[in-house]
Amino acid sequence: MPTLATVKKGQRFNVKQVSTSSITVKLVEMGLYVGQEVEVLFKAPFGDPIAVNVGGYVLSLRLNEAELIEVA
Amino acid sequence: MKYNKIALVGNPNTGKTSLFNALTGLNQHVGNFPGVTVDKKSGNLKIDTHTLELIDLPGTYSVYPRSMDEKVVYDIFSSKTHPDYPDAVCIVVDASNLERNLLLFTQIYELGLPTMLVLNMSDVAFRKGKKLKIELFQQAFPEAAIVQTNARLGMGLDRFKKALSVGLPARETKNVELIDVEALELQTQDTEKRFQEIQALLSNVQTIEQKSINHKKVSKLDTLFVHPIWGYGLFLLMLLALFQLIFSLASYPMDLIDMAFGNLSAWVQTLMSKGVLTDLIANGIIPGIGGVVIFVPQIVLLFLFLGILEETGYMSRVVFIMDRLMRPFGLNGKSVVPLLSSAACAIPGVMASRTISNWKERLITILVAPLMSCSARIPVFTLLISLVIPKKNIFGFINLQGLTFFGLYALGIVSALVVSIILKWTIKSKETSMLMLELPDLRLPRWKNVIITVFDKAKIFLLDAGKVIVAISIILWALGTYGPTEKTTKAVNAISIPKIKTEQALDEYDKKVAAVKFENSYIGILGKTIEPLIKPLGYDWKIGISLITSFAAREVFVGSMATIYSVEADGEETTSLLSKMKAAKNEKEEPIYTLASGLSLMVFYVYAMQCMATFAVVKRETKSWKWPIIQLVYMGVLAYIASWIVYQIFM
Repeated sequence: MPTLATVKKGQRFNVKQVSTSSITVKLVEMGLYVGQEVEVLFKAPFGDPIAVNVGGYVLSLRLNEAELIEVA
Repeated sequence: MKYNKIALVGNPNTGKTSLFNALTGLNQHVGNFPGVTVDKKSGNLKIDTHTLELIDLPGTYSVYPRSMDEKVVYDIFSSKTHPDYPDAVCIVVDASNLERNLLLFTQIYELGLPTMLVLNMSDVAFRKGKKLKIELFQQAFPEAAIVQTNARLGMGLDRFKKALSVGLPARETKNVELIDVEALELQTQDTEKRFQEIQALLSNVQTIEQKSINHKKVSKLDTLFVHPIWGYGLFLLMLLALFQLIFSLASYPMDLIDMAFGNLSAWVQTLMSKGVLTDLIANGIIPGIGGVVIFVPQIVLLFLFLGILEETGYMSRVVFIMDRLMRPFGLNGKSVVPLLSSAACAIPGVMASRTISNWKERLITILVAPLMSCSARIPVFTLLISLVIPKKNIFGFINLQGLTFFGLYALGIVSALVVSIILKWTIKSKETSMLMLELPDLRLPRWKNVIITVFDKAKIFLLDAGKVIVAISIILWALGTYGPTEKTTKAVNAISIPKIKTEQALDEYDKKVAAVKFENSYIGILGKTIEPLIKPLGYDWKIGISLITSFAAREVFVGSMATIYSVEADGEETTSLLSKMKAAKNEKEEPIYTLASGLSLMVFYVYAMQCMATFAVVKRETKSWKWPIIQLVYMGVLAYIASWIVYQIFM
């Protein structure tokens, strides 16, 4: 399944699953829960971190954090 | 009125601090939460005739913490016996992003405290096409007072006060205990459940214009700020502007302060009769305080600049583009601000590292921050450069003295990065590093917030650094004034009293006496004791003395040198000191200040952690003796080895 780290800019997805890790709860608290609509808005130079639209606000995520968010 | 202590909580970027500032103005004080180093900002709020304490808790997305700052919120609400457990709580939420904001609200609401929900930024919500049916919303939280404000415009403050004056709704529901701070899985489940409920609620009480559902256009400015070339270019430009401010603009008030304290000392000496007390005040305490106050203009300008960048939202973009570059060094995008601040003074720099949630990254930031050349080193560098670096251009246009100055700064920065890598390899940590940073909408700064931040930082610097610097100044004064009596008297008697008592001759005599007394004081003895140790670096005991006095603040080096060479050195007037130092010879009749020893000394000042105020702040911030001692030792060893190498190369 694609993750937020692999999808292209400007396309909308829904969060399907948040993989278990020590930061899972923090990701969920920032609004990245199952069903949430997400879209990669822009990327930093070198492609990491990325800026993601999460339910109407902009969240920056490192790629290794974005990898935990499976989308479809 | 029933409340004495009210806590203000909310997500970052919700206007919580604006509201706090609007309500309390300059009626604020910064203290400490018990047992932790997080600043506690509280202020007095007068409602009718009653004054209550409003506490501005650190902004957080959830009651479950991920950084030291946020832990305070958890600590307070998880224990009713906590000294800062409030009588009531006000949760500030961003009306344009209710979904994420309501998570914290529902967590706090269930604690059973009298609760107020402050709906802020409704204008932004309106622009985003979001409308809230307040009555329906209220039904979901019947035991909370809902107040609408616009803190940015200062609207709704009366409604806020009125709600407190009338009294918040009584609580009947039984309170829910917070989940254990370590139980991450339970927290995740709980959070997911809350979001489901919030979603269900919002679909009933909030209407969103179809065209704007989660619509987010990337602004032109953001495209510029994160551009691989323009983004970094602009940041570099900001840095240049910042350094211009700190170095050029700040020098005017600094000269005035320097003069004022010099005059104050002189005035005290004419006013009071000669004696130990006068000497203590005029030569110990006043210069000590002056040595602290002189840095205030730079601190103020630095935080004015950083405060504006922070308020506009630009700083979060800097963190965003710098994170990837900082990571290989074991640092974080958020390390940029602390390291920048350290270019003025390491003390606010070390304190600014609190926003870094990962302990290891925060620790590395703290440990390398003093390697960034601070403003106290400038007078030392300036003196030494004009002493040993010739005033000429290379390749016709590059000023050699300027190049050396730049080189010293670059050396500090490069060393900070190299040391960071080494620390990254050596410090073990299981904690996951994360960024997860909200990039708020870009906006114009709210000046009141900027001014209050500047005011707070200056106050913290004056008090925190101030007490250490003044204390050390007094100790050093005592060590420099007293010494074995017999030896001193003998030495003083050896100086010939001028036969023709002109003012100039007497003045010269006084300076010679002062120099001899200083040489035979405990500090002088100490300087001579360490001479064998510093000889391999090309230094004599006179430099040794100045190295010791630099522990108060590095720029004291210049003043100590002036005393030793018995000349006046006021601010820019170092010409007489320069000529004396140039003429200084060792016992073999070789000049002491050569290119080799001068460069060696400059490098020593780049590396050595001589500032005891920084030591004290690091001890406080890391809550241990271990890290400041490690820092003192590693920087000292680095200074010694690097200076030795430089001396050997240029000798």
